Amino acid sequence: MKVLLRNPRREVSVPGNRRVKDVLRELDILPETVLVIRGDELVTADQVVRDDDVIELRPVMSGGRA
Amino acid sequence: MKCRKCGGTASLELRRHNAAFCAEDFVEFFRNQVREAIRKHRMFTREERVLVAVSGGKDSLALWDVLIDEGYDTTGLYLDLGIFDYSVESRAKCETFAARRGVPLIVTRVADEVGAGVPVIKQVTRRPPCSGCGLSKRYLMNRAALEHGLPVVATGHNLDDEAATLFGSVMHWQMDSLPRQSPALAATHPKLVRRVKPLYRLSERETAAFAFIRRIDYIVEECPFAVGATSIAHKQILDRMEDASPGAKHNFLFGFLDKARAAFERAEGVALQECTRCGQVTTSTVCAFCKLADQVKRATS
Repeated sequence: MKVLLRNPRREVSVPGNRRVKDVLRELDILPETVLVIRGDELVTADQVVRDDDVIELRPVMSGGRA
Repeated sequence: MKCRKCGGTASLELRRHNAAFCAEDFVEFFRNQVREAIRKHRMFTREERVLVAVSGGKDSLALWDVLIDEGYDTTGLYLDLGIFDYSVESRAKCETFAARRGVPLIVTRVADEVGAGVPVIKQVTRRPPCSGCGLSKRYLMNRAALEHGLPVVATGHNLDDEAATLFGSVMHWQMDSLPRQSPALAATHPKLVRRVKPLYRLSERETAAFAFIRRIDYIVEECPFAVGATSIAHKQILDRMEDASPGAKHNFLFGFLDKARAAFERAEGVALQECTRCGQVTTSTVCAFCKLADQVKRATS
């Protein structure tokens, strides 16, 4: 599957049908730090994404204070 | 994973609540949390006009969206910080949102008020950029509310923001900051308006999910000056703790608010007076904003 990442914007490829939580683990991303988006829907960590899917992992952090 | 309410396919798991929701029921959960925050801390009434400070990010636009749908009389305030493309884009997001929802938006340019935008303020003060930026924002929000006759300013600070601020204050035992950290700060002077944070019960991920589900077009890119900010480092530490122990941030913040905060309140209040230059409220003769504007003027003239 194609995985879109932000800040900086980049794209990685993860082969096969996989559970979202396994994709996150493989990319070393904590599940609580991103929204997992497929098309116009949010996907939970237990769902399987298929090899031909495109998902976006959108970081949820914002802000900045000294 | 199934929605706790309707049993349909869940869109979002909330580990700290040991629950999952479908999109529709999550939106209702989110609005309930905002209602509870407003009720519990008596943030504002239906009769009061609310100034919503918006940045173009997910939190403040999500907050504005909820308050409009709840029927509150709101006005947005966008402070243009002059941070290159980031400010251009974030201002456009706020203007588009305001136009779409048919609500008024006030735009103030920090450069017009301080003498320069945040990039120059950063150079002049030689302090972290968030420092002069935060100072300017607090000052200009309060002043805008006073000028337009609005009794309260609402900001989009979420649970993660509040937990990270608390963490920073505790790490340095900032005895002045601890009692001031609250979801609602009363107006303690005729020239200070009430400040409230109706999203303090909701995590950053929850506000992001709400904004996504509600199709709010917000700026996803980070402020370029926030890179390396201490608060971001604190958030990352808290994220690790949350991953190991869901609910850690919530317990940290709510435990402080419910049990510890009162212990840090000082017996004698801080003496507030009006700045001899601009008339806004300060604890010294000339306020920090006027001092900052002087510093910018000296460096750029």
